[in-house]
Amino acid sequence: MTKLMASTALAFACMAGAAAAQDSEISACLITKTDTNPFFVKMREGASAKAEELGIELMTFAGQVDGDHETQVQAIETCIASGASGILLTASDTSSIVSSVELARENGLLVIALDTPLSPIDAADATFATDNFLAGELIGQWAAATMGDEAENAKIAMLDLNVSQPTVGVLRDQGFLTGFGIDVGDPNRWGDEEDERIVGNDVTQGNEEGGRTAMENLLAQDPEINVVYTINEPAAAGAYEALRAIGRENDVLIVSVDGGCPGVQNVADGVIGATSQQYPLDMASLGIEAIAQYAEDGTLPEPTEGKDFFDTGVQLVTDAPVDGVESISVEEGMDLCWG
Amino acid sequence: MSQSDSYDDVVKTRREESFAEFEDHRKGFIGKFHHALHVTPALVPLIVLVASIIIFGLLIGDRFFSPFSLTLILQQVQIVGIVAAAQSLIILTAGIDLSVGAITVFSSVVMGQFVFRYGLPPTFAVMGGLVFGTLCGALNGLLVSRMKLPPFIVTLGTWQIILASNYLYSRNETIRAQEISSEAPLLHLMGAKFNVGGAVFTVGVCFMILLVFVLAWVLRYTAWGRHVYAVGDDPEAAQLSGVNVKRTLLSVYMLSGLICAFAGWALIGRIGSVSPTSAYEANIESITAVVIGGISLFGGRGSILGTLFGALIVGVFTLGLRLLGADAQWTYFFIGVLIIAAVAVDQWIRKVSA
Repeated sequence: MTKLMASTALAFACMAGAAAAQDSEISACLITKTDTNPFFVKMREGASAKAEELGIELMTFAGQVDGDHETQVQAIETCIASGASGILLTASDTSSIVSSVELARENGLLVIALDTPLSPIDAADATFATDNFLAGELIGQWAAATMGDEAENAKIAMLDLNVSQPTVGVLRDQGFLTGFGIDVGDPNRWGDEEDERIVGNDVTQGNEEGGRTAMENLLAQDPEINVVYTINEPAAAGAYEALRAIGRENDVLIVSVDGGCPGVQNVADGVIGATSQQYPLDMASLGIEAIAQYAEDGTLPEPTEGKDFFDTGVQLVTDAPVDGVESISVEEGMDLCWG
Repeated sequence: MSQSDSYDDVVKTRREESFAEFEDHRKGFIGKFHHALHVTPALVPLIVLVASIIIFGLLIGDRFFSPFSLTLILQQVQIVGIVAAAQSLIILTAGIDLSVGAITVFSSVVMGQFVFRYGLPPTFAVMGGLVFGTLCGALNGLLVSRMKLPPFIVTLGTWQIILASNYLYSRNETIRAQEISSEAPLLHLMGAKFNVGGAVFTVGVCFMILLVFVLAWVLRYTAWGRHVYAVGDDPEAAQLSGVNVKRTLLSVYMLSGLICAFAGWALIGRIGSVSPTSAYEANIESITAVVIGGISLFGGRGSILGTLFGALIVGVFTLGLRLLGADAQWTYFFIGVLIIAAVAVDQWIRKVSA
């Protein structure tokens, strides 16, 4: 309770500070999906540190739960009213938020989507994100190379995010299959592949419980599964529990994406074979720099060459590197992890 | 106290005599069937459960009909099953509890953090979690029984409060399975499993089944159990006939909180780690199980055994459809159909025919 009151007080203090500062200094807003998910906590840390360094006032907003669209709309309106120079936004609802984003841009604010591209992606001035397709491709290549010739006879379980097939989940899934050498059919949706090596897709909601149930369902379809793609590390931890329950935890390859500290620790412990690590701290600090630049001379951030967004990088974390796939060790991964 | 003792005596002696019974004037199979459904509320979900097992068994064959698959369903529904038992008690009093999922996950977080943040012994941490769940239930119970606020509104509020506190307190950090195994294996107790001829049972599954049977017995054969039904059916009539409505409501909500805390313990056993993002949908899933299980949302009617069957029906459909290779969307589709069908059947049973 005291923590709650303290953070409320802090939020008011920040707002008051920003309001007082608006006529002289540059200010920026950070709007995340929630303020408790370690990924977004890291994002806020990155933004706060960079803002302090550049002397920018930072206001932070977050929805109560993932999917809290209304709060994000209010946050954008508050930001416009406060006269901020730019907004860093991790949208809960990538298409519905577009009209609010347009309003902000009409009012001269620079809007940068962090982590989650808007739909359409050019609704924001720029997008600073992980290349999720590449993140999937890296673990796919690693899994195929680790299996060697056996990759031809692989039995693959695909543990996806949820039935609505959000872009981040589709990109990772399709990236993994491409990396593994499987024809993906329509690249905009998962589940339409014809390759017999895929046992099936199931959804996890990105948490341990969902990961365990989904893994059990797929194992009931084919107990011989030997490769498991997971949308993120909590789902991977759940899948591992399901495999452990039937004594197969040591002969199945699990790969994942995220790079959170518990996830990287799971790579060290052999629960996960390899994971693709993303960098929320960089997304936010680069975003603040871009807003500072824009406020100074109106320069718009440029996307990475050949992509429609600014790529904040992704690295494969594993202690069993393979030829032809660049990776970093678990130790390096621990230094860069979040959460 | 003496009052309720004498009440017990009265019940015992009166049981010898014949009660007023519904006389069955209707003839034919439909009429008899209708009557059977009326007097045995768990019968409908049981029939649906058996039918769906047979249908999926015919469609899929051995992969579904094996002891392994059938006990897997039990494992998959154990959390929802335990939470739904708590939800049943609340709904029998004509209430509803939207905060059950939040209490469940927060209790599991309390158990984990007590060990790993404060270094308390695991036994104490588990007890702490159970006490915590009971206190959350007591908060709901006090607001409902003393402040006379509608249960829907109260638990709508406490759902948010408890879930938000859960995220703030845990900082949304996960405690990994490896650490729990090495330092506090007691937290994994509910996940301990044993084999009986290919069938895999866990302590959590046994707890769920035992809990449902104990509650079914308590609801049927104790004064407290009859009070719960009476309060749900008509609180004013219950009050006039000497039931302490406030105390009954408070005890039901506290017991519900305690059961949710046990579900939180079972959750740690099932997913291995302590994760503050789990079980957040348990409120809706538990209400689904209760409704499909034939307990009336208007209170005072239905059997807790039905809830167990309701949870199992959902589990059978989920695994069955996945084994058929259907898109996960179809699961939600059929669960929706089942919910509506369950309410329709409930209305049909209640219908008094001329």
